[in-house]
Amino acid sequence: MLEGLLIGLQTAMSFQNLAMVIAGCLIGTFIGMLPGLGPMSIIAIMIPVAISMGDPSAALILLAGVYYGAIFGGSTSSILLNAPGVAGTVASSFDGYPMAKKGKAGKALTIAAISSFAGGTIGAILLMIFAPMLSSVALLFHSAEYFALMVVGLSAIAAFAGTGQVAKAIIMTLFGLILATVGEGTLFSLPRFTGGIMDLQSGLGFITLAMAMFALPEALFLVLKPKETGSSGGEIKDLRITRSEARAIAPVIGRQSIQGFFIGVLPGAGATIASFLGYAVERNLATKEEQAEFGKGSIKGLAAPETANNAACTGSFVPLLTLGIPGSGTTAILLGALIALNVSPGPRLMIDEPQIFWAVIMSMFIGNLVLLVLNLPLIPYIAKVLSIPRNFLIPFILFFTLMGAYIGQNNATELLILVGFGICATALKFADYPLPPLLIGFILGGMLEDNFARSMQLYDGIAFIWERPMTLGLLAISLILLVLPSYRARRARYHADGVASGD
Amino acid sequence: MALDRWIALILLSICLAYGYTAWFTMDAGLAPFMKRNPIWPSTFPKVLSILAVIACLVVLSGIEKSEPKEADIDYRRLHEYKLGQAIMLLGLMVAYALCLRPVGFIFSTTLFLFLGSFILGERKWILMITVALIATMVVWYLVQQVLGIYMRPLPGILGG
Repeated sequence: MLEGLLIGLQTAMSFQNLAMVIAGCLIGTFIGMLPGLGPMSIIAIMIPVAISMGDPSAALILLAGVYYGAIFGGSTSSILLNAPGVAGTVASSFDGYPMAKKGKAGKALTIAAISSFAGGTIGAILLMIFAPMLSSVALLFHSAEYFALMVVGLSAIAAFAGTGQVAKAIIMTLFGLILATVGEGTLFSLPRFTGGIMDLQSGLGFITLAMAMFALPEALFLVLKPKETGSSGGEIKDLRITRSEARAIAPVIGRQSIQGFFIGVLPGAGATIASFLGYAVERNLATKEEQAEFGKGSIKGLAAPETANNAACTGSFVPLLTLGIPGSGTTAILLGALIALNVSPGPRLMIDEPQIFWAVIMSMFIGNLVLLVLNLPLIPYIAKVLSIPRNFLIPFILFFTLMGAYIGQNNATELLILVGFGICATALKFADYPLPPLLIGFILGGMLEDNFARSMQLYDGIAFIWERPMTLGLLAISLILLVLPSYRARRARYHADGVASGD
Repeated sequence: MALDRWIALILLSICLAYGYTAWFTMDAGLAPFMKRNPIWPSTFPKVLSILAVIACLVVLSGIEKSEPKEADIDYRRLHEYKLGQAIMLLGLMVAYALCLRPVGFIFSTTLFLFLGSFILGERKWILMITVALIATMVVWYLVQQVLGIYMRPLPGILGG
């Protein structure tokens, strides 16, 4: 391993590659900050640039830098505007945005920067150690297990997203899944539920839906009820975190880097699930009084998803580099770029071209350092977004919302869909329906159905559920996750009514 | 009946329509060889429709009690908020969506940003025009030149 590290250092430390890391992180941060442009679209756009360089390690280093930067920038817009451009940073807005509202935007951004750095760095160390070993674990997973794992993920999200309203969260998750079935299905490529509208043939755009669920209702709320923002929210004075805060988030960062990394390794799970699960786990682990803080600006609630999503991004490189199987949309694009550069990622990558593998790992360390050094001093300038007068800020938020949806699909109908869904989402928000589960259901819907279909075909029916103990176990866990919160709420109510509990 | 249960009712009707399509009309066009497959394109939607109908019924019947939370905006007093501005902005977004292709990016975006701040009550004309123009140009340059995504800059008749 030491030899490999030295090879990696030698490659990554060249002037050109260092410049690539820095450029990638910068581009990623700035574009990722715009709500709506996620890492997938940025990397897709950067591919022509990367391929024209001709050097596979430099190209991969650049693209990896862009990937990190985008996740990092995405969390900035989640915190400041509550407009996550990236699904992986949706969970960061749960606590990051309330903190910014309370005038603690500086602290929130610092915590995000530190947690991202720690998550990314610890993830890179784990990648170095586990990449060879983990390939065999991921290989054990069958499509039936992937299906069950996604069901567990979705039920966990539904169970934890609603405050005592699991049924509403389940409805939203199911509606996300329903929306994902619009368009051509993988099975026989038959168009479904399009109502004969050609624009729906390719399904609804993820970015459009994300914009409609988060950015648009938030902007409308700002219009409906002008808040006393402006000068007070704009000043970022409190960049430092105190020693006690650092001590509070340290164990969260430790746990979430490891958990996030392992979730990221599993194909299909990824930064999004890692961040939501990280949030949920930390919320359950926290003490009673800390639990009440979650969703209202808890530092732990911000550190957990931020650490987990960066660690998961690193983790998602494991199946790509060791097996040649992309675990997420982003790594799928990276795979395409590598193949175009005449490199085939897979088990032989480490033997045939070790400099690529190790240079990427080294550039992860460098990239994380660049992001920390770059973002922390820039935070006060980044946060200037908040001090823009409302009369100008709102049209711009609406404009970026529209642009994000338009750039992704290059289709003006998408904008009408966006406005329509935005109005629906606002109504749902009035009625206190949680919106994140809908989006997550939508993102996972396609993969869930693919894996379900695959296992159905392999077992010629639904026998895979009881013939594979691991699948059965995972599905049982998801059922428990759904039933437990309402059971506990019911018991707490009886308890409050003076009925003695059984135990 | 509270708004959340009205919405559950609407969602229930959507689910029923979705379920009806999945259970009764979708499979009509299925080729015989597809019917031999253990899973059909309608299988997954069928499962979803049942689960969603159950979940909607749970909310509609109010089995699960939820303590009322103080919302950011009380929808019962919606008219007391700046509803007019919100509706006008939504209308503006629709107009922008319809204009983007025929009128061109630069013109429609400038107008959108200008009218957006106008609706919100800004009256510093020079500043509004300047900000809208600069922002449009910068975004257009980034998207078109740096990112290489084609945007028709000018109206179609001007050859944009």
